[in-house]
Amino acid sequence: MVDYVFEKHLSGGILLPASKAASTTGPIRRGLVPSKLVLALRQHRGQPAEAVVGIGDRVLKGQMIARAGTGGPSAAVHASSSGTVRAIEDRPVLGSSGVQSSPCIVIETDGRDERAPASIATWPTDADTQRDAIRAGGIVGLGGAVYPTADKLATPVPCKTLIVNGAECEPYISCDDMLMRENAPEIVAGALLLADVLAAPRCIIAIERDKPQAMEAIEEAAKRIDDPRLKLAEVPTIYPAGGERQLVELLTGEEVPSGRYPGEFGYVCQNVGTAFAVERLRAAHEPLLSRIVTVTGRGVGAPQNVETPIGTPVAELIAFCGGYNPDVVRLIAGGSMMGYALPDDEVPVSKATNCIIAATAIEVRLDPYEWPCIRCGDCAMVCPSRLLPQDLLIAANAVDFPALATLGLTDCIECGCCDVICPSHIFLTERFRVAKRAVAAHEQYKKTSESP
Amino acid sequence: MRFEQPTAPHAPPLVSVPIVMRRVLFALAPAAICHAWFFGFGLLLNFALAAVGALLAEGAVLRLRGRPTRYALNDGSALVTSALLSFTLPPIVPFWIPLLGSAFAITVAKQLYGGLGKNLFNPAMVGFVFLLISFPVEMTQWIPPRMGDLDYRHLDVGQHVTYVFTGRLPAEVDVDALTRATPLDLVKEGLRAGRPFEEIRSGSLFGDFGGRGWEWVANLIAIGGLYLLYTGTIRWHIPVAYFAGLLAPATVLYLIDPSSYASPGFHLFSGAAMLGGFFVATDPVSAAATVRGRLIYGACIGMLIYTLRTWGAYPDGVAFSVLLMNGAVPLIDRYTRPRIYGQA
Repeated sequence: MVDYVFEKHLSGGILLPASKAASTTGPIRRGLVPSKLVLALRQHRGQPAEAVVGIGDRVLKGQMIARAGTGGPSAAVHASSSGTVRAIEDRPVLGSSGVQSSPCIVIETDGRDERAPASIATWPTDADTQRDAIRAGGIVGLGGAVYPTADKLATPVPCKTLIVNGAECEPYISCDDMLMRENAPEIVAGALLLADVLAAPRCIIAIERDKPQAMEAIEEAAKRIDDPRLKLAEVPTIYPAGGERQLVELLTGEEVPSGRYPGEFGYVCQNVGTAFAVERLRAAHEPLLSRIVTVTGRGVGAPQNVETPIGTPVAELIAFCGGYNPDVVRLIAGGSMMGYALPDDEVPVSKATNCIIAATAIEVRLDPYEWPCIRCGDCAMVCPSRLLPQDLLIAANAVDFPALATLGLTDCIECGCCDVICPSHIFLTERFRVAKRAVAAHEQYKKTSESP
Repeated sequence: MRFEQPTAPHAPPLVSVPIVMRRVLFALAPAAICHAWFFGFGLLLNFALAAVGALLAEGAVLRLRGRPTRYALNDGSALVTSALLSFTLPPIVPFWIPLLGSAFAITVAKQLYGGLGKNLFNPAMVGFVFLLISFPVEMTQWIPPRMGDLDYRHLDVGQHVTYVFTGRLPAEVDVDALTRATPLDLVKEGLRAGRPFEEIRSGSLFGDFGGRGWEWVANLIAIGGLYLLYTGTIRWHIPVAYFAGLLAPATVLYLIDPSSYASPGFHLFSGAAMLGGFFVATDPVSAAATVRGRLIYGACIGMLIYTLRTWGAYPDGVAFSVLLMNGAVPLIDRYTRPRIYGQA
């Protein structure tokens, strides 16, 4: 018996042409052992991890090389293959808010992929110790936000509903889809583990309508486990239905108040990949060593999903997928809507890297020309936060702080819907990012100038 | 390998201003051809002349303002203004009427406000009202449709062009022999004189709902409008509210007193009602931009059209209604902002 939850309401959103077909023709490819690993200490939100190895140390696959930082949310980092630590230095990596510099442990691998003994023998029974194990297991939100999972599982109020997010609305990304198709039983078991830690009475696995095979696999697994807490939801294929706030609205009809987090209201969202990682930690005692990465775009030889060791340089991942096609113009980490353009392919795959798009000219916007706003209002129609981007644009250009506050600049989730629908090709999202920074600087200035 | 690092979103835009403008022109094409079928090629000539006036004016003012001209002249917005203006002009007018009207529309209503996207009022309607008030004689020389059973004098192509550019007519005809009152005029004057609506409507210029010929142009304008809705170029809110605003009072008053008030069908298919609902009121620049705002804006225009047609001085009221409501848009938008997600 599988229970279903039906969609309630979603504001805005946009139907984007899907580009998932190329990367979903074959199964997830495994067995990539890179020659080098670049493991960032600051690849998750919150406090950086603290290195516990030194240059010249030999490390084994699964060995903790940096423990979770203290004084805030954090998670440990592990060696994803065996080898020798060659450097500990700052490098550009993909973190929670784009490419940023982070201290990194650089490991030269020996190709033997030699495993360390398991760090935990049995899965603990009480929630606090389970959270500690998850933190030590290096597990963070794998949907792209990389918030340390253990900290997200410690909610200030009792959890009403755990939402396991398999919506995956970004047009190019298919790593969650493929993982659900191939590892549905583990995902369902992991979802229930997370529900255990949260003591959540209800656990909804939400999947977008364009993934019938994933839905079928999850349904099958759910039937077998037959847990009364478990519900499934098929959500419409609309970008950004997979956003945390959007998914809460879609499944519960409730809105997360401005400036607050779903967890404060009893809703916790976890990505299906995270659920899988937690189940692996319980069953195989294996910390987070790899993640599924969608390698796609017309600029790569063989688009596919790859089980990628964390720390693999993008160049090696691309080479593993048939190398570049000659007309590649941009390398994007994440989706085409919210992803970050990489400066080069030496940047490593981090826990935040769900997708690498090697894009050609027809897949990205190259022409920077902007026509004037013609007030068509389509941006307001697609805005999931129900903002009026056309008015925000005027306020942002005028640096009008009161108007920016009234118009809800801080409620912009930077999904990019307004940008792609805009017939005038105005860089709305980027303007709003700049305006947010200006507002933050202004607030800071007010604070310092008011203090005696 | 090194790469450029622009910010998200990376996905290319789905549509562009020139595509939007091209769709509007495309949507008007069937109606223009139909117009040519019934009333000769006057509309097409007027469009060509208006386009020349609009592009010259736009280029000249952009040059004066020191602005780049290439993208602005190619965005198609001046052509849309010209096309809409040409639908409001009588088919046979002196050549300087469309030239002057579109130049005025672009210069005063558009560029003086700051160009594309900045104008408070719909340029085509400003151009039309400017012409109507300044040159009432030329602007009311409407001709009847070319239909077999209607016995009217029509000019051939050579005579038409000669008249447009030189003002000379063939020796045996004068302007009065060519022109006729429009169905809207006939109904307005007839009702004012106390004749019942059904009797007025039985005249030879009337068809199933509106005027013969005119109602077919209106049909094709509606189809063009549906195409715009289908392609997402316009949204349904303004047309639906507009037609509801026009038809609700028309239906009520017609049901109360069918002899002193024109039927809702007549209102819908006459004059510029169809063009206004699908192509003028929906002009994004001068219309309300919020959902609730658009419903209010459209409904108010529809009701104003009915009011002006029934009790006003001019036979039609689309242009005046649109311009009046254009002026109210900043206020409407301000008070109809949607509630932001997660805010009280």
